[in-house]
Amino acid sequence: MRRIPAWIAVGLVVGCQAADEGTAETPATWGIGRAATAADIATLDLDVAPSGAGLPPGSGDAVRGAALYQAQCATCHGVNGEGIAPNPPLVGREPREGFPFGNDPKLVRTIGNYWPEATTLFDYIRRTMPLTAPGSLSDPDVYSVTAHLLVANEILPAGATLDSASLAAIRMPARDRFVRDNRQGGREVR
Amino acid sequence: MIGSTSSNVVNELDRDGFRMACAGCTICDRTQLSMTAEVHTVADSGVEPGHAQPAGAISRREAIEGMAGTLGVALVATIPVASAAQAGVSPVAASAPGRLMGAPTSALGVRSAFAPPAPRTPTGQLVGSSLTPLHSLSGTLTPSDLHFERHHAGVPAIDPATHRLVIHGLVDRPLTLSVDDLKRFPQVTRIHFVECSGNGRAAWVSPAPDMTPQRTDGLTSNSEWTGVPLATLFREAGARREATWFLAEGADACLMTRSVPMEKALDDALVVWGQNGEALRPEQGFPLRLLLPGWEGNANVKWLRRLELGTAPWMTRWETSKYTDPLRDGTARIFSFVMDAKSIITTPAVPARLADRGWHAVSGVAWSGRGRITRVEVSADSGSTWHDADLGPALPKAHTRFSMMWNWTGEPAVLLSRATDETGYVQPTRQALMDARGAGTDYHNNAIRGWRVDADGGIAFHWET
Ligand code: HEC
Repeated sequence: MRRIPAWIAVGLVVGCQAADEGTAETPATWGIGRAATAADIATLDLDVAPSGAGLPPGSGDAVRGAALYQAQCATCHGVNGEGIAPNPPLVGREPREGFPFGNDPKLVRTIGNYWPEATTLFDYIRRTMPLTAPGSLSDPDVYSVTAHLLVANEILPAGATLDSASLAAIRMPARDRFVRDNRQGGREVR
Repeated sequence: MIGSTSSNVVNELDRDGFRMACAGCTICDRTQLSMTAEVHTVADSGVEPGHAQPAGAISRREAIEGMAGTLGVALVATIPVASAAQAGVSPVAASAPGRLMGAPTSALGVRSAFAPPAPRTPTGQLVGSSLTPLHSLSGTLTPSDLHFERHHAGVPAIDPATHRLVIHGLVDRPLTLSVDDLKRFPQVTRIHFVECSGNGRAAWVSPAPDMTPQRTDGLTSNSEWTGVPLATLFREAGARREATWFLAEGADACLMTRSVPMEKALDDALVVWGQNGEALRPEQGFPLRLLLPGWEGNANVKWLRRLELGTAPWMTRWETSKYTDPLRDGTARIFSFVMDAKSIITTPAVPARLADRGWHAVSGVAWSGRGRITRVEVSADSGSTWHDADLGPALPKAHTRFSMMWNWTGEPAVLLSRATDETGYVQPTRQALMDARGAGTDYHNNAIRGWRVDADGGIAFHWET
């Protein structure tokens, strides 16, 4: 908090609503901007959390998803999700044991062997893919393509359907492999 | 042999054969490396003063009174060339020694035609990058049009009149702010580097002797940024005590999103609109970007349109699939935001070659995401001995220029630099980094790197092992 004036730090840490009365020079609010309306927020707020918060209603299935994939994704990511450089592969479960990515630079990190959360897949496809027409898929389409990719990665069984509850319940193989940053400066190299 | 650029002329060799400073000489100036080099050449190595001068410079030199040494020669040598390139200058005026009719004033300045910068290296893809030509820059500020680029869905052209930043989530007063609104808040101006966490990765994965500093480390740039502290905006919105993370979202086609801990907002995060005295460049997020000083570039979300406060990270694709660091123990480090201390010698470096034996300024940049650079050491013998380089202004979380004089004897040499930051962290060797993390970790690569100088003056990229 070195460079932040004390009034800001106190306001945030203690809880702005009660503690921060402001002063004559720095009032509690500057009164700049306008209140964001529900509509302002709703048009932008697409994000999905690992808890499933933010997942829309509706559902999809892997069979429809496979057809959608072939029509809209395969030209870049390959018919079997193998990737066509520079577009990354989307399918791969190997290696199944040990999570040896730190030791072998040649291993390719994919949805099946590396992604910790399935909700990330829905969120990413909905916000970013297909690369040249992002936002063009309906929510049921995104559920369907997500289901297809999870089937292709052997995380869901063939023909699986997906909705907000079933998506949030998926445990990805790499779920427990991620650890928080323990670097902290000083002499030790980490 | 290594000398000091900050000292006056050196009369004595210290125990190691390195130069000690002496007092009382007024010729050398710490800001004029070329003069220092010239004086050292004359005084110490017995090489002729005119050794490195351009052919034909002497007669011009004689025509100028009051100028001596390398500085004078350098100035005069450029004059006849410049005059030839200027339109509308009479031959009489042009031939008068030291006089050059000038061009009229201009609305927008341009770089000298004689010193075009090395260009960036666009990949031509929507998901692409271009690298800062570190080897053709001096000082520490990166010209805005040479700031590196890394985009995940191209560069959007955003009209600032319609752009809005929305702050919502765990706040008492969700806010919609225009760019003009943001400029009404208390503002700050700071100098900070931005570095992509993939910087150094290409050289780590597939090193090649002909790699330039641009190729090995051009995913970092340093700018003066102007904007409003994020803490000010969060206070304005009434951030709630429960909020521990926020999500930052861009308005580019991929709607880039990254989760950031609230502590960074309380520390030094900014929402910026100004870069090096003017508006942000489109490639740097015009009209607004998040700036998280010292933290990996990707989290400094460009074209910023939304900030949402919450209680846990969102686990976006860019903080899970990408920008995580698999470790040798079968885990992967996530949210590894801070860029550790690093340095690179930018001259001499590929693509240059050493044409002459004798004194050369060895110079480069060092930076740390944890604060100030406190020391940069340079080795000319592949790391057997290290010598403190002189540091330019060392601002926290900013590129810091270092330099040192080196007397090249014509023998093969390996030039390396090693940075230390204010936490006492010392830039590690490639082996030390691999021992700590594993060979498969390629982001956040800050290992000691440098240049092999061959007997013929050829230079090649070199990793310290
Ligand atoms: C025009 C080519 C193109 C098309 C079409 C395309 N993608 Fe992509 N996709 C890419 C590129 C390029 C990336 C890498 C983006 C990056 O690194 O920022 C990518 C990344 C991804 C990723 C993340 C991969 C990873 O490991 O991080 C997923 C998932 C994905 N695409 C799914 C899809 C789906 C589903 C479709 C069809 C609806 C699709 N893509 C259509 C080019 C394409």
